[in-house]
Amino acid sequence: MTKHTLSVLVENKPGVLARVAGLFSRRAFNIHSLAVGQTEHPEISRITVVVDVEDLPLEQVTKQLNKLVHVLKIVELEQGRSVQRDLLLVKVRADARQRTDVLQIVDLFRAHIVDVSTDSVVIEAVGTPDKLEALLAALAPHDVREIVQSGTVAIGRGARSITERALDRVATA
Amino acid sequence: MAQVQAKPGVPAARIARQAPSAPTLARPTPQSNPDPALNGVQMTGAEAIIRSLECAGATDVFGIPGGAILPTYDPLMDSQRLRHILVRHEQGAGHAAQGYAHATGKVGVCIATSGPGATNLVTPIADANMDSIPMVAITGQVGAAMIGTDAFQEADIVGITAPITKHNVLVTDPAEIPRAIAEAFYIASHGRPGPVLVDIAKSAQQATTTFQWPGRIELPGFNAGARPHQKTIQEAARLLATARRPVLYVGGGVIRSGASAGLRKLVDLSGAAVVTTLMARGALPDSHPQHLGMPGMHGTVAAVASMQKADLVVSLGARFDDRVTGALNSFAPHATIVHADIDPAEIGKNRAVDVPIVGDLKDVFEALVPALAAEHERHGKPDLEAWWAQLDDWRTTYALGYTPTNDQLSSPQHVIQRLGELNDPDRTIYTAGVGQHQMWASQFIKYEHPNTWINSGGLGTMGFSVPAAMGAQVGAPDKQVWAIDGDGCFQMTNQELVTCAINEIPIKVAIINNSSLGMVRQWQTLFYDQRYSNTDLHTGHGTRRVPDFVKLAEAMGCVGLRCESDADVDATIKRANEIDDQPVVVDFTVSRDAMVWPMVAAGKSNDEIQYAKGIAPEWDRED
Repeated sequence: MTKHTLSVLVENKPGVLARVAGLFSRRAFNIHSLAVGQTEHPEISRITVVVDVEDLPLEQVTKQLNKLVHVLKIVELEQGRSVQRDLLLVKVRADARQRTDVLQIVDLFRAHIVDVSTDSVVIEAVGTPDKLEALLAALAPHDVREIVQSGTVAIGRGARSITERALDRVATA
Repeated sequence: MAQVQAKPGVPAARIARQAPSAPTLARPTPQSNPDPALNGVQMTGAEAIIRSLECAGATDVFGIPGGAILPTYDPLMDSQRLRHILVRHEQGAGHAAQGYAHATGKVGVCIATSGPGATNLVTPIADANMDSIPMVAITGQVGAAMIGTDAFQEADIVGITAPITKHNVLVTDPAEIPRAIAEAFYIASHGRPGPVLVDIAKSAQQATTTFQWPGRIELPGFNAGARPHQKTIQEAARLLATARRPVLYVGGGVIRSGASAGLRKLVDLSGAAVVTTLMARGALPDSHPQHLGMPGMHGTVAAVASMQKADLVVSLGARFDDRVTGALNSFAPHATIVHADIDPAEIGKNRAVDVPIVGDLKDVFEALVPALAAEHERHGKPDLEAWWAQLDDWRTTYALGYTPTNDQLSSPQHVIQRLGELNDPDRTIYTAGVGQHQMWASQFIKYEHPNTWINSGGLGTMGFSVPAAMGAQVGAPDKQVWAIDGDGCFQMTNQELVTCAINEIPIKVAIINNSSLGMVRQWQTLFYDQRYSNTDLHTGHGTRRVPDFVKLAEAMGCVGLRCESDADVDATIKRANEIDDQPVVVDFTVSRDAMVWPMVAAGKSNDEIQYAKGIAPEWDRED
């Protein structure tokens, strides 16, 4: 299986995320991560889906997605030609004795402490899935209490915008 | 509104972006028939539903009222343009809408209330989705404030039907009703047809709104279809002109597109062999000399073998269904594949394709026929003599047939064959349920026209026949409609005969009564050591006859006839045909041991087709 990152531009209509997610599960595709949010145009949302799938079934699911009435455009973002980021929040137990070690790891990974209490810290890290995995591995010897991670969001490198033409279509309609 | 009448139903976005010479996209939607005087009129949401259905061109709708759709049934009573047929079960409304759509080419419409009314539509909606039938389902939903509270008769029908509709929508704002219905009709009938559900909250039906029929359809994410690419058309033409063993694999898309005339031209010009799938029976007349019949699990030996030995298969609106291909990895192993379909997702879905053509088949034929003629002019017509010698050998040696029964009861195949022979193919529509009778009806009736064979192909819905026949008869009142049904299927939906009797819809039903779930029994005979688990229905000869179909027919206001021997078959059919003011049910008591042949067992290669039990064709006979 290969991981593919798809950017799906959709009309911002009720139920559209359920339709897109439902299509993946119905055709037995495993969604690795899913992120959805607004774009520069309030009528358009952008869903970033990472799927584990071979090329041929990927083509099929893309075609099926294209048939959904609220789906405007689907673009595959290749690793090298796009910036891909996840957001990670980790709560680590760290009293005065352990705190220095934890802070060192945070610095090393260019992460941030976003909450501190007497015996714990919350770390915020942004990066590629690989980097975040490495951070978690480094934190593993410590008392990790809670992890929450966003789906991957991705954007193509260079000047080209994938929303432009989709925006055209909505604007003309 | 002038704009609407000039180009009704064409998405403005597409008009803006396409050159004016794009006739596919500019094809007018004939069902759009707005009344300009209506715009700006104050009315309830319920009335807006009725006016919208009228504007969309609906004339006949099938449904049952209930709590959440009740407001809509009030203005429906006064509609001068909508005939509402009160069915006895919502499933009947859905299948009737399908039969209607199939027989007329128009969008079929069904109406149900919320909760159980809506869930009873699920089967016909799934059926329409599989067989690409244009249908709009209107369902009532509980009031907007109650949605999500597990209110009485609440069901999330939009969520339930999302995977089995082409599109669906919940409407809670009465102002959105006309647009939602206009879009539903547009989506259902454009591109690859399919079912669209519009779920309308009771509160929206009751509220007052200002009616506004949309001047244009705005669906930026909806692709109504593209013109076929000239380069791939050229390539297909070149292949057709040079192949030695070409086969045209014709699917239901030809019927949906209304492209039979174009198909006929391609068939005549190419000289290729033709097979028509279960969904495409009638797309090319069965009397055409190049027609080898139906391919697939119960197809003719010649049709199945032609694709197994072909060097070129041109798929036209077919989808390489497992019932056609058998084991996919050994299907048409020597063939280059040209696949033409309006739905790009079908291309390459099951079988890798060498030449993909995306487009409406009408446009495909319009482009492909002259392209092929040009190829012929350059290189001459291909020599297909050896291919036809082989095909003719198969079709004479392994012609469709059946063995006589040895229990004194009629052969079901004989009954069905005589039905086909005693009815005029020019004015008869046949519907079928699912099972043995369906396969025999597809095999032994000769179809000469598209839309004269209506059955449930993809979903395989038992009980489809009677309500679909009802819908077909409403849509085609001048035709004679014969529902060919099994005793199992008939017991699932026969209550719609009450609807037929009361509304003077004079369908005829031939129950091919073998007193069992015949197709399942056939598999038990062949694959389960003749252990007949739960397939005996006690309706036939020598049983208690529960129910007695003749008495049941009479109780439902129909004429009931029974036929128990070959000698009476013709006279009984003729008698049924003489009655045209009442539905007729004929209980044809037939042998239960008859089996459907030829057969490719499920999951096996088409190469392993059996002509009859234990008889495999010899493929490469030397004459």
